[in-house]
Amino acid sequence: LILLDSLLQEMTIYNLYLFDRDGTLLFYHEWIRTKYTSMSKGEEAKLLYGMLFSLKSFCAKLSPADMKTGFMSYKTSIYRLSLYETASSLKFVVNTDNESSQQEIRDLMCSLYSNVYVEFAIKSPMSVPGEMVTSNLFRTKVDQFIKSSSLYKNTE
Amino acid sequence: MSRPGSRTADTKKVSGELFSLTYGALVAQIVKDYQSVEDVNKQLEKMGYNIGVRIIEDFLARTKEGKCTDFRDTAEKVQMGFKMFINVSPTITSWTSASDEFSLIFESNPLAEFVELPDNYSHLKYSNILCGAIRGALEMVHLEVAAWFAQDNLKGDNVTELRVKFIRKIEDTVPAGDD
Repeated sequence: LILLDSLLQEMTIYNLYLFDRDGTLLFYHEWIRTKYTSMSKGEEAKLLYGMLFSLKSFCAKLSPADMKTGFMSYKTSIYRLSLYETASSLKFVVNTDNESSQQEIRDLMCSLYSNVYVEFAIKSPMSVPGEMVTSNLFRTKVDQFIKSSSLYKNTE
Repeated sequence: MSRPGSRTADTKKVSGELFSLTYGALVAQIVKDYQSVEDVNKQLEKMGYNIGVRIIEDFLARTKEGKCTDFRDTAEKVQMGFKMFINVSPTITSWTSASDEFSLIFESNPLAEFVELPDNYSHLKYSNILCGAIRGALEMVHLEVAAWFAQDNLKGDNVTELRVKFIRKIEDTVPAGDD
């Protein structure tokens, strides 16, 4: 367990995208990001959603047997991109470093969904379905939630 | 993984009486605001729909349910939803042979506990909000359905029967291409 703890110390979460079922970017937040694409946020999100969409259908087509969850993450030498999709097709996309396991990230996203998104975005009377979540309270809560998670470690 | 103390929803219960009276006041106001009973029915359905598209997220988050395997599975989830949100357990019956239509039978309807429909409002679908909620909630999980009351306690039937019919599966939207 001590070994696990020391491992956890190294981990971090870079940024988070949230898409609705139509591919609209509902929310974006970044914690640590030192390099940006030349595109605008909107373009970047569109491209990302398109990529996920294609990857998902590609994965499903190639699958040797029927599968339920489908595409979950890809890993590069620097970061891992994870997708957590709810039954209502909300897509939480998070970039983390390579230390965190797929399951840990899924659990984190699952709990972000039920404890933060549902409580502070869905239940907010001001939020309009299909539109960007602009609530500052929601942003603060997401930030707090991620920062207090065991996967987050600011390595500045 | 969930943080202790962050979930308060379960302790926030309201009395059933308050709930039915509030709903009654709401319906009465809508009846006042709209000329025809048809419009009132439509408004109630629409309100239910808007509730449904939100409440589904709460349902999914609390139950951690994934995708349904078939429509029978869906029926059970709908039943679960009723138990969770308004604490009634309707029975599922009257499946069509193609398994695309079922009925929910309510022994009691918490919305209509103290209600008597006046004669001139015999076409009012008092609890139409429930139909809307089902339609809205299922639409969010890729199921287009129709929901309506087949029998209503308020109209002299023995039970309240809500019928749900599967129409089609909604596919994920393809992202808009800009070449």
